Parts: sequence; C-alpha cells; structure tokens
Amino acid sequence: MSEAPGLFTALGVLIRRDLLLALRRRAQILNPLVFFVIVVTLFPLGLGPEPNLLQKLAPGVLWVAALLSAMLSLEAMFHSDFEDGSLEQLLLAPQPVFITVIAKVLTHWLLSGLPLLLLAPLLALWLHLSPDAIVVLLASLALGTPVLSLIGAIGVALTVGLRRGGVLLSLLVLPLYIPVLIMGAGAVDAAASGLAAGAHLSILGALLLLSLSLAPWAAGAALRISVE
Amino acid sequence: MWVWLHKFGSPKYFYNVSGKILPWVGGATVLLILVGLYLGLFASPADYQQRDSVRIMYIHVPSAWNSMFIYLVMAAAAAIGLIWNIKIADIAAAVSAPIGASFTFITLVTGSLWGKPMWGTWWEWDARLTSELILLFLYLGYIALQSAFEDRRTAARASAVLAIVGAVNVPIIYYSVQWWNTLHQPQSLGVGMSTIHASMLLPLLLMALGFKLLYVTLLLMRTRTEVLERERNSAWVQELAQALSGKSSSDQVRSSNEQR
Repeated sequence: MSEAPGLFTALGVLIRRDLLLALRRRAQILNPLVFFVIVVTLFPLGLGPEPNLLQKLAPGVLWVAALLSAMLSLEAMFHSDFEDGSLEQLLLAPQPVFITVIAKVLTHWLLSGLPLLLLAPLLALWLHLSPDAIVVLLASLALGTPVLSLIGAIGVALTVGLRRGGVLLSLLVLPLYIPVLIMGAGAVDAAASGLAAGAHLSILGALLLLSLSLAPWAAGAALRISVE
Repeated sequence: MWVWLHKFGSPKYFYNVSGKILPWVGGATVLLILVGLYLGLFASPADYQQRDSVRIMYIHVPSAWNSMFIYLVMAAAAAIGLIWNIKIADIAAAVSAPIGASFTFITLVTGSLWGKPMWGTWWEWDARLTSELILLFLYLGYIALQSAFEDRRTAARASAVLAIVGAVNVPIIYYSVQWWNTLHQPQSLGVGMSTIHASMLLPLLLMALGFKLLYVTLLLMRTRTEVLERERNSAWVQELAQALSGKSSSDQVRSSNEQR
C-alpha cells in the first residue's frame, strides 16, 4: 500500500468523479433549473402582469424559487452513493469526512447554485428588476446559494438512510434557510429601492463563513450516524 | 462528578430518585401556579391602557420564556446523550420536544388572542411572534426526524445533531427576523413592558417560576414513563411490574369473580 493521497488530491478526485457522474445523468441537473423557471413564471400568472407589482415582489419571488429549487436537488447529494454503498467506502477512506462533505457540497453548488446564478438575471428581467438590483441579486445569490448547499448537506446526511426522506428533508431544512432568505431578498429589495445593500451582503458573507466552518462537521457526524 | 453523572444516568437509579423528587416538584408547581394565578387574575390591577387583557401576559410571557428555555435544555441534553452515551439524556431530549412545542403553541395562541384587542389583528408579522413561529417549525422538524427512525439509538443520535444545529441557528434566526421586521415596518405598537409595577411583576415572576417547575414535573413524568417502556425487558422493571401486579392481583380476582 502506498501512502494515502493528500487532502486536496482527494478533494479534486471526488469532485471530478461526482461531476462526471452528474454529466452522464443530465436530467438531474436540468430538472431543478426548469423547476426554478416554472415557479418564477407562475407568479406573474397568479398575480397579474402589472410591472410595478412584479418589480416589488421580484426579490422575494426569485429568492423563494431559488430556495425551493436548491432544496429539490439536495437529495441527489448523497443518495445514489448511499444506495450503491460507495458512501460507506468514502467514510472508511483515510481522509477526514470533512473532505467528503466539502466535495459533495461543492459539486452540488456547481450543479445547482451556479446555473441558478446564470439564469437569475434573465428571470429578473422578466420581473422588471432594475439593472442595479440585478447586480445585487447576483451578488446575494453568489454568497447565499453556497449556504443553502452547506445547510442542506446536514439535512440530507440526516435523512439519507430513510426510505421517504424527501418531505422530511424540507421540514428540517427550510426553517434553517430563513436567515438566508431574509438577507438575500432584503439585499435585492434594498437595491431595488435605491438603498445600500452592503449590510445585507456582509451578513450573507458572515453566514457563508459560519456555515462553511460548522456545517461540514455536523454533516459528517450525521453521515456517520446514518450509515452505521 | 463523572461517577455521579453516570450513576444518575442509569435508568434504574433515575427512576427511583425521580420518584422521590416528583411529588415535591409537582406540589410546588401547583402551589406557585395557583398563587400566581390568584395574584395575576384577581389581586393585581388592570393596566390603565390595556385594561383586563393585560392579564394574558401571566400565561403568555412565562410560556414564551419556557419555549426558548426548553429548546436549549433539549439541545444540551441531546448533546450530552450524543457525546457521553447517557441514555437518560437521550430520553430527556426526546420527551422535551413535545412539551416545548406545546409551550410554543400556547405562546402563539395567547399572543394572537392578545394581539386582537391590542393591535387590532389576530396575527401581526411582529419579529417576536414570527421567531416564535419558526421555533415551532424547528420543534416539529425535530419531532418528525425523531419519529422517522425505527431504531431508537439512531433516532436519538440523528436528532441530537439536528437539535445542536438548531440551537446554533436560533439566535441567528431571532436576530435576522428582528432585523427583517425593523427594515420593513418599524413596530410602533410595542408591548410596552419596559417598566412594570411590582403588583404585576410579582405574579409574573411567580407564574414564570411555576411554569419552569411545570416543565420539570412534566419532564420527570414523561421520562419515567419512557424509561419504563424502553427498559421493559430488564430485570428491575419486571420486578417492579410484578410487585405492582402482586398488590392488585387480589382485586383483579375479585372483579373477575363478580363478572362471572
């Protein structure tokens, strides 16, 4: 046996593997995005096409839709690995569980958060958001969606062993998403009404750092409990 | 101290000791709540602005304090159970959740009832009410996760992680909700309790203490029941059951004879 590979090598290998797996099942990446677009489309249809109203509601609508679509794709994070047993192998690997979780979260964000970021400006135009607000929307999504992936990882790790974990997962995770929703939508709202959004974005950044340092640890503990 | 903790953590020892404590705690609870209710509902003056509806406070505020307090106790107990493998702590965390959820629910209902005459609406997206609602969601998620596992040990450990994550999140949620509200619509109609007269403060404190002890009483009772259920196959519970049934078996024989 040769020496165990370093942490960053392990991280890179894991991410490459998961991205490759995801690219071979493209529907899994696309479905949450289509869902995001459809949910945002539903609001003008339900509320009426009045530009002023849509502009006022846009930050909240976009952020709630982002929250829901991030949650939809969460289950894929550990599920197939749990089914075929490779999750157990990953937990047995010499690298800390921390690394496994970080790799999974990063992949999830690359596949759900990043495309959302690219789609969001288009949808924001549909809802008549001003260009300034769209920039802030992008910044808030860039800071906020990784938090969604990180907190979500804890929820998935807790429910991965359960047969019908889907609804339970949303019950566990959505209340924990509330601060991100408030700060994210608040930032866009402030920018849309011509105020400074710096405070909101700073808090989003703080949430990102906090969850980056604590969530992988909790998710790792939860994985060990679920898999044993 | 560790020896004591593990001794107290053994189900049998806990069952015996808590059985001796329970009547005293229960008695103190009844006494405090009765005196508090009398002082609050009859002896204290009505508020000059809020009239008699201020008396909702004597239930609302103690349950609100309890709802937060119980979540912290639950998370602490869950953490103790997770780290040191102490069965009693697991059980205490598990049975605390429904009690805490009930207090949260009482807080919401009384807050809503109080809001109607004071603010003119049944529901106001006031920062405190909203964070109380989110706290209820956290309790419900915890209970749902707890009941989703068939194996009790796994259920206890998984929900312990959730409780700890929730406890870290509670202050964040609390402050973000507060900030959200002040950004949108500054609350002009505060509950106005920064200064409170002694005639109202005394019953409020009595009720708060009474509610805390009510929690302890309920916690002990529910934990004892849960201990008996989980340890039903162990020798000491069997002995206990036999001792109990031995006492009442003569009654049972008599009643079955009468039925014939």
